[in-house]
Amino acid sequence: MNNKYESNKWQEVINWVQKRSLFMLHYCTGCGAIELPPTMTSRYDMSRFGIGPAATPRQADILLITGYLSTKTLRRVIYTYEQMQDPKFVMGFGSCTINGGMYWDSYNTIKQLDKYIPVDLYIAGCMPRPEAILEGFLKLKEKIETGNADGYKKYNKEYETYKKNQEKVLGEVKRRQ
Amino acid sequence: MILNIFGFLMMAFSAMALGLLFIGIARKVVARVQKRIGPPFYQPYLDVLKLFTKNSITHGFIFDFGAIMAFGGMITTLFFVPVGPFVLYGMNGTLLLVIYLMAVAYLGMAMATVGSGNPLASVGISRALTQMLGYELPFIVVLLTLIYSSNTSSIIGIVQAQQSGFMNWNLINIPIGTAVAFIALLGLMGKKPFDAPVAPSEIASGPVVEHGGKYLAFIMLQHAVSVVVKTALFVDLFLGGGNNIFIFIVKMLIVWLLAALIGSIFPRFKVEEGVLFYWRWPLIAALLQAVIIIF
Repeated sequence: MNNKYESNKWQEVINWVQKRSLFMLHYCTGCGAIELPPTMTSRYDMSRFGIGPAATPRQADILLITGYLSTKTLRRVIYTYEQMQDPKFVMGFGSCTINGGMYWDSYNTIKQLDKYIPVDLYIAGCMPRPEAILEGFLKLKEKIETGNADGYKKYNKEYETYKKNQEKVLGEVKRRQ
Repeated sequence: MILNIFGFLMMAFSAMALGLLFIGIARKVVARVQKRIGPPFYQPYLDVLKLFTKNSITHGFIFDFGAIMAFGGMITTLFFVPVGPFVLYGMNGTLLLVIYLMAVAYLGMAMATVGSGNPLASVGISRALTQMLGYELPFIVVLLTLIYSSNTSSIIGIVQAQQSGFMNWNLINIPIGTAVAFIALLGLMGKKPFDAPVAPSEIASGPVVEHGGKYLAFIMLQHAVSVVVKTALFVDLFLGGGNNIFIFIVKMLIVWLLAALIGSIFPRFKVEEGVLFYWRWPLIAALLQAVIIIF
């Protein structure tokens, strides 16, 4: 486990608690939204892992980006991400967030989500089934426990790089807290 | 003096723990009703602990003060409600005082929404205060009936009037009033048919929309204490209280689970429908019960 950031016993306890209680905010841009209701409800029931849906960015721990992002929606995702409180984790969902997927040659969508906000975990597939989403959540919990889900620290540290990338596609981004 | 403060603190902390346990049990039971496995019963403790480890953002002094006022108002209400053998205040008139104090928590939340300035939060709190108009009217009529029939307005006095056996419970003496009070209790606790104030899918959890991290943890603790206060009040008034704390907690759990089960199968009322519902059947039933008791 190559943990880049120092951790101590107290941090381990915090990680242990955070791993077991995660509130998820899903940003449903495209077709990916349809896979989430079965994941939440009786058939696959993600609440048995301690993961529940959150209503607002203020309350959320996980930001789940389900599908492609146009330049218009990317701006909203950045606002949402910056409104969330540390520690926060981003999951990219579907191949659109990895390399553009079926929108690889679109003039209006972004190809790599990782350039604009730090992504802790990708779930590949088009679309990933609810089993794959649950598998992704379990992987994320493992990463949180070992302290490797540190995208938010990376965002704070390399903020200038991310800001430059964001402004390259969006023009000006108004920062709000 | 020191012993008194220690007692108050013990009562507050044990009420928080008990309330979180109740919420966890209800989540598990509702999950089983919906054929899910559901989170473990200790999930609310983990949620609160996690929220205390998160960063949080304030929206100014009024926001902070509102959160503390909501939490403190609920804790203060707790001290006036007898929980089993633990009675801190037994003077006359506690019943009316408790009804007033319960509104303080809502007013604190209203203050926090003013501080946050979020329109969804304003919608949520205005729904909560409107709904309060609805359920308080039949509830007050039932309470006045209760005060008339047991000749005292202190909660511990009403408990003592029901002591000698099951047949003396107000559940048997004023059955229609008990049913009305239970329906009002659903509104008081914001359970499912009357949860328009916090509707997560329409107004993004209403009054708590801007609360994150430690603020949300305080609101969750406030909700946990409010569950204990309201179920304890119902048990004191209608189910004969209890000298034994374990019997008292079992009675509270029965009331809470009944509310949770009813909540798990009903959709929610719109807020004006909820108020109209309260002003129609429960109010007529409460007035009928009052007439039966008085004459």
